[in-house]
Amino acid sequence: MNEPNLISLPPTPVAQSVSPENPTGAPDLPPPAPSAIRKFLNSKSSGRVPDGAFRGLMFVCALSIFLIVLLILFVLISSSKLSIHTFGFKFFTGTTWDPVSGDFGALPFIYGTVVSSLLAVAMAVPLALLVAIFLLEICPQFLRGPISFLTELLAAIPSVVYGLWGVFVLVPIIRDQAGPVLEKYLGWTGFFVEPNFGVGMFAASVILAIMIFPVISSISRDVMRVVPPSQREAALALGATRWEMIRISILRNSRIGIVGSVILGLGRALGETLAVTMVIGNHPDIMKNLFAPAYTLSSVIANEFTEATGDLYLSALIEIGLALFLVTIVVNAIARLLVWAVTRNNSAVAH
Amino acid sequence: MGVDIRVENLNAWYGTTQSLWDINLNIPANKATALIGPSGCGKSTFVRCLNRMHETNPIARAEGVVRMGDIDIYKDASPVEIRRRIGMVFQRPNPFPTMSIYDNVASGLKLNGFRKKRVLDEVVEKSLKSAALWEEVKDSLHKKSGASLSGGQQQRLCIARALAVDPEVLLMDEPASALDPVSTAKIEDLIFKLKSQYTIVIVTHNMQQAARVAENTGFFLTGKLVEFAPTTKIFTNPSDKRTEDYITGRFG
Ligand SMILES: Nc1ncnc2c1ncn2[C@@H]1O[C@H](COP(=O)(O)OP(=O)(O)O)[C@@H](O)[C@H]1O
Ligand SMILES: [Mg+2]
Repeated sequence: MNEPNLISLPPTPVAQSVSPENPTGAPDLPPPAPSAIRKFLNSKSSGRVPDGAFRGLMFVCALSIFLIVLLILFVLISSSKLSIHTFGFKFFTGTTWDPVSGDFGALPFIYGTVVSSLLAVAMAVPLALLVAIFLLEICPQFLRGPISFLTELLAAIPSVVYGLWGVFVLVPIIRDQAGPVLEKYLGWTGFFVEPNFGVGMFAASVILAIMIFPVISSISRDVMRVVPPSQREAALALGATRWEMIRISILRNSRIGIVGSVILGLGRALGETLAVTMVIGNHPDIMKNLFAPAYTLSSVIANEFTEATGDLYLSALIEIGLALFLVTIVVNAIARLLVWAVTRNNSAVAH
Repeated sequence: MGVDIRVENLNAWYGTTQSLWDINLNIPANKATALIGPSGCGKSTFVRCLNRMHETNPIARAEGVVRMGDIDIYKDASPVEIRRRIGMVFQRPNPFPTMSIYDNVASGLKLNGFRKKRVLDEVVEKSLKSAALWEEVKDSLHKKSGASLSGGQQQRLCIARALAVDPEVLLMDEPASALDPVSTAKIEDLIFKLKSQYTIVIVTHNMQQAARVAENTGFFLTGKLVEFAPTTKIFTNPSDKRTEDYITGRFG
């Protein structure tokens, strides 16, 4: 925002007695001795050397990030050379994964990773935003602390614990209680049909949703919290209801930050291994039915890496890692493009 | 068309601290009424009680009767309805930064479910013209955001936004105090033009401003209304000693 500059003082007149071309001819006094503060400040270095050194250091740190990414990429590519040579691009479109006959295709895993993560985001985002809004706008003061604390605690639980909870609690619920209901009402969509053993894509998505919910919720709460009160007043003074005020001044002003939180959550979902492996069923199929078992890129690496016999098998698994790397980059890029497109189409963006 | 506002025994609190004491005041329709007084004397609290913005602060409370025309705003209507009829302009311009200029002005109508594009276009143009901003922004209505304007333009945008919903009363809480002299002059011109159509209540720190724009002026001191009279009387012949002291700069 532009601060109007109301103060425009005339230039400070030069101290007359020390000016050599002083036309008024006032008697020349000896210049006053510099004060202790002046002496101290004059004795300090100009700051050029430390600033320069610090700049250099920061530059090296920033460069090292590129270096790390490049190194990872290099290792992934060089160790999967055999698989790359054998299958070429077909590796990414192939649907068989047969270590016995040495035929490797990554598509079912890519599908499993992308679909489980997107479903998780779709489930977690509305819930996370509602919780964030509730905490900021509606929640009575005494509940705020405990709820935020619990939300943040969820983020700190190790994923193996989520996996165990998934196996012993979530999977039975999906199999025995939620499954039949979903099938009854949504079976016609083809997404929820028998057989339902509890383990599968749906269980994995739910676990992931619970795992990424705290990240999305707490970050979006933080960005919503910094929306200035004057924005709320602007909406309320126009006759907005509470919900309308939340929509046009809080959500709208923090949407870029909210999308950022979603991207972070998505990143976590894409890479999450252990909990997913424990509930997804680990079967490389591409099925519309969400009750069917599936497999993700990270799960197959975790499950098969130690028992990979033969160079081609090992190299194919490393190429799976490469695929995961690429999927993450592509998904992030798409998410960012989406933000860009949305904010651009809305004709005007602050910042 | 504006309506009059009658305030009877208005008291207001923040927590347990009382900020307004027994205010009684009749604000005539279609005139500008200025409220002056030193910082912290309750001017903002008072105007915020008029459109029930006061109660958006969780610790705030108000008691008393405020009538707008023939309705009691605390009894006969919801705060949302009241705020749709009483527009407000704040001390610091607060346009919606992520909305275009057009959407800023249209936001009040869109909130209320208004969608007819052709009418919206007309309202946006008319409001921006009333707020003396049209000429400066007409080529970038959709291209520029509310935040990209200068401070003075932003404040006029906020005035246009308030006018777009065709309020009956316009409350302005020190609308020019964050602005440069040129923008201030523009806003004063604007108030002069607007008061034929709206009832205007303007809080100001600046006594010359009150003298220039308002027919009536109220002087607040420590949460009490000390004097309310025609502006010329307040500035030339105040009946209360404290008003005189304030006007002549002896304190505040
Ligand atoms: N949000 C608030 N919370 C607590 N006290 C407040 C708040 N706003 C104003 N007050 C108090 O109410 C009194 C009147 O303030 P205000 O109406 O803002 O005065 P003015 O607008 O005349 O400067 C002041 O004493 C101030 O400290
Ligand atoms: Mg004030």
